[in-house]
Amino acid sequence: MRLRLVPQETNWDIFARWKLWLGISGMLMVVAFASFMLQGLNYGIDFRGGTTIRTDAEAPVDVGAYRDALVDLELGDVSITEIFDPSFDADQHVAMIRIQAQEDQESVSAEVTQQVLVELQQVDPTLVFASVESVGPKVSGELITAAVIAVSLAIGAVLFYIWLRFEWQFALGAVLALVHDVLLTIGIFSELQIRFDLAIIAALLTIVGYSLNDTVVVFDRVRENLRRFKKAPLSEVLNRSINETLSRTFMTSVTTLLALVSLFVLGGDVIRGFVFAMIWGVIVGTYSSIFVASAVLLYLGVDRDTDEKSKAGTQFADIDA
Amino acid sequence: MLQFPAWKSVMISLVCLAGIVFTLPNGFYNRVEQANDARILLEQGQLLTPEEEAAVAGWPSWAPSGLVNLGLDLRGGAHLLVEVRVEDVYAERLEGLWPDLRDALRERRDTVGTIRRVERDPTELRVRIGNPEAMQAALEAAQGLTQPVVSLTGVTSRNYDVRAEGDELVVVMSDAEKTATDNRTMQQSLEIIRRRVDETGTREPTIQRQGTDRILIQVPGIGSAEELMAIIGQTAKLTFHEVERRVSSANEVAPGAIVLPSMDEQGIYYVLGRRPIVSGEDLVDAQPAFDQNGRPSVTFRFNPSGARKFGEYTTNNVGRLFATVLDGEVITAPQIREPITGGSGQITGNFNVEESTRLAILLRAGALPAEIEVLEQRTVGPELGQDSIDAGRIACIVAFVAVMVFMVLSYGLFGIFANIALILNVALMFAILSVMGATLTLPGIAGIVLTIGMAVDANVLVFERIREELRTSKGPARAIELGYEKALSAITDANITTFITAVILFAMGSGPVRGFAVTLGIGIVTSVFSAIFVTRMLVAWWYGRTRPKTIEV
Repeated sequence: MRLRLVPQETNWDIFARWKLWLGISGMLMVVAFASFMLQGLNYGIDFRGGTTIRTDAEAPVDVGAYRDALVDLELGDVSITEIFDPSFDADQHVAMIRIQAQEDQESVSAEVTQQVLVELQQVDPTLVFASVESVGPKVSGELITAAVIAVSLAIGAVLFYIWLRFEWQFALGAVLALVHDVLLTIGIFSELQIRFDLAIIAALLTIVGYSLNDTVVVFDRVRENLRRFKKAPLSEVLNRSINETLSRTFMTSVTTLLALVSLFVLGGDVIRGFVFAMIWGVIVGTYSSIFVASAVLLYLGVDRDTDEKSKAGTQFADIDA
Repeated sequence: MLQFPAWKSVMISLVCLAGIVFTLPNGFYNRVEQANDARILLEQGQLLTPEEEAAVAGWPSWAPSGLVNLGLDLRGGAHLLVEVRVEDVYAERLEGLWPDLRDALRERRDTVGTIRRVERDPTELRVRIGNPEAMQAALEAAQGLTQPVVSLTGVTSRNYDVRAEGDELVVVMSDAEKTATDNRTMQQSLEIIRRRVDETGTREPTIQRQGTDRILIQVPGIGSAEELMAIIGQTAKLTFHEVERRVSSANEVAPGAIVLPSMDEQGIYYVLGRRPIVSGEDLVDAQPAFDQNGRPSVTFRFNPSGARKFGEYTTNNVGRLFATVLDGEVITAPQIREPITGGSGQITGNFNVEESTRLAILLRAGALPAEIEVLEQRTVGPELGQDSIDAGRIACIVAFVAVMVFMVLSYGLFGIFANIALILNVALMFAILSVMGATLTLPGIAGIVLTIGMAVDANVLVFERIREELRTSKGPARAIELGYEKALSAITDANITTFITAVILFAMGSGPVRGFAVTLGIGIVTSVFSAIFVTRMLVAWWYGRTRPKTIEV
């Protein structure tokens, strides 16, 4: 007896309410964008400049005492948060100290770090610095630019590739799905105020890759079915294609999620934000390849000349790499 | 299809075998690393300690010894991105030009009139002349001091641009000369930073130039970055100056002289001759020592020319003060009691032993030609790195087992084939990472875990397709064949698009993100290989042996 995530044969009418799905996705995108505009992202030092220090002490973290110890140093805005993780030892107490970028100085100097350590060790002599990261405003500005370019470039390159292999309607559908995924991921980071740093950009690009993977598999089947059922209406072909690939879509999402969830739970707190972005992205990406990419395709329509020379969706499609 | 050509099977098997062989050293990471380190010492012709001998014996020399490099976030270490203030050198160059320009203008005093230097902007040399109508003559005199430089574009230009502004003669460095100077400054800075880092005796530091004026320094395994920062960040420019007088304000007007603060005494300043008597460039050695009162100090020795200059000066100025200046601060300003002609001396100041040791290192390595500024600094302690490795390893294993169990539950025997391919896939990934000497970072581990999840995708596509084809009641052989055939375009398209994003990540990202892109990209290649070739070969073997009438996928 095999484990089946979805019945062997499904015939769900996914596009009965396709306008509703597009509407919901559109709404979510608006909400995500509004949250991003109003609340903004909780940028990490990669993008804002400043210093984060991860402390490790044997005694429990006393945020108030830490804060008092640092007041004299006049470092401006200092935020201290305690970090909990199941992988810590019983006598391991970790805190994250974030110091704003100091004026007239790029990265924080060795003396300042040393002073902070001295002050904190008066609170707790067992305290050590597990890591110190400091990014000056100059570099953080460049990192933002590089990140924006990377995400745009990735989406652009993908648009081009899909246009080459399919047709422009497919490319547009896939890219709208990608924009949807990226926007929703940014939205949840803004809504939950999870720290947004350089690694999250990597996660975003992976989401782009993953979501695309899903979309392309569906589109590949659409392309095939368009050739097989030349007379069937587009909505029927799309529906059929999605139903046929549904089992695979779920299998892959589940195996990927299995891997990611184990990383989320066991991988430690350093990359938890990163993994969270990916888990969210896999879920959103799976949804969008069906309800956004295909719905957009339905909305745009596909040229379906029965003329042999211009079979639907065949630009370079016979090149089987 | 199910006739799998023998040569193809052999090739695939060989690749898989190579993958396993080249992955193996990573299973014995510490042992192999120590053996590699010891062998490097052996090659350098050094004698080995018994422990190092044991390390060499611990891993046979014929076995592959390539390891995955652990990134700084896993091994612990320091990452610094610094910017060299290349403009500092411009001012220094103009300062060097001033005496020559002054002499050249003095020769034409009759036409040019009085000359006076106007100090406004350190990147230009401004001279006011008495007879503005004779500016042309002054310009010619200045022009005569310039020399041609050959730039990359082949257009020859002069090293200084000379122009007139009212009654002022302005000399600035030309763009071609600036570029040439920048390059020289960067070369020197790289060399000096490399020497300083090497002096600290850490293993495999990475020191490379980035862009026009930046240097990236990565030192793995260092416990405290503060020391590294202190060593790299200091210019360590040592000069000896004549002292005009001691004052208590920095705003002292001192034409032709400089006012510098004292390092130890608050509120004390020295008015010093602008031109150093001798500078740190003339040093040949510096060692930490103790003075006659038992205080930490640094002894140094000059080269012959330095020794002569210093000897001459001290002979002529017995009884006066001279100042030892380090990076714009007066360390000491002792009286010259007798001529110092031996070419060696001692710097005493308010040092502790650590500081005197560090100062000696810095003086030996030489001064940086310009100040540097730390733009980005990331240090990770070795414990945190180890915690990350441990957490990553557990997560990998759990992810692996979970995915494998799930595959067997879903696809039975075919799931086992896919799992074998998955194991080989991870082995191949590590093999490629090791052979390339690529760096594994924490996001890189995430990339591996993600690949474990996604690697089965190609197999899932094929298996689902086979199921579909079976439903349309073709024979098993035909169904398997069609399954592979028809899933291929989806597999290629899906993986090429993901690969595109990995390439972009690699090109645009830095540090850890790049590590993620590397594992993701390699993972895509190996997972496609293992899905299309390895599983297919396994299925072909199995089918050829058992010839089942029906199959269940």
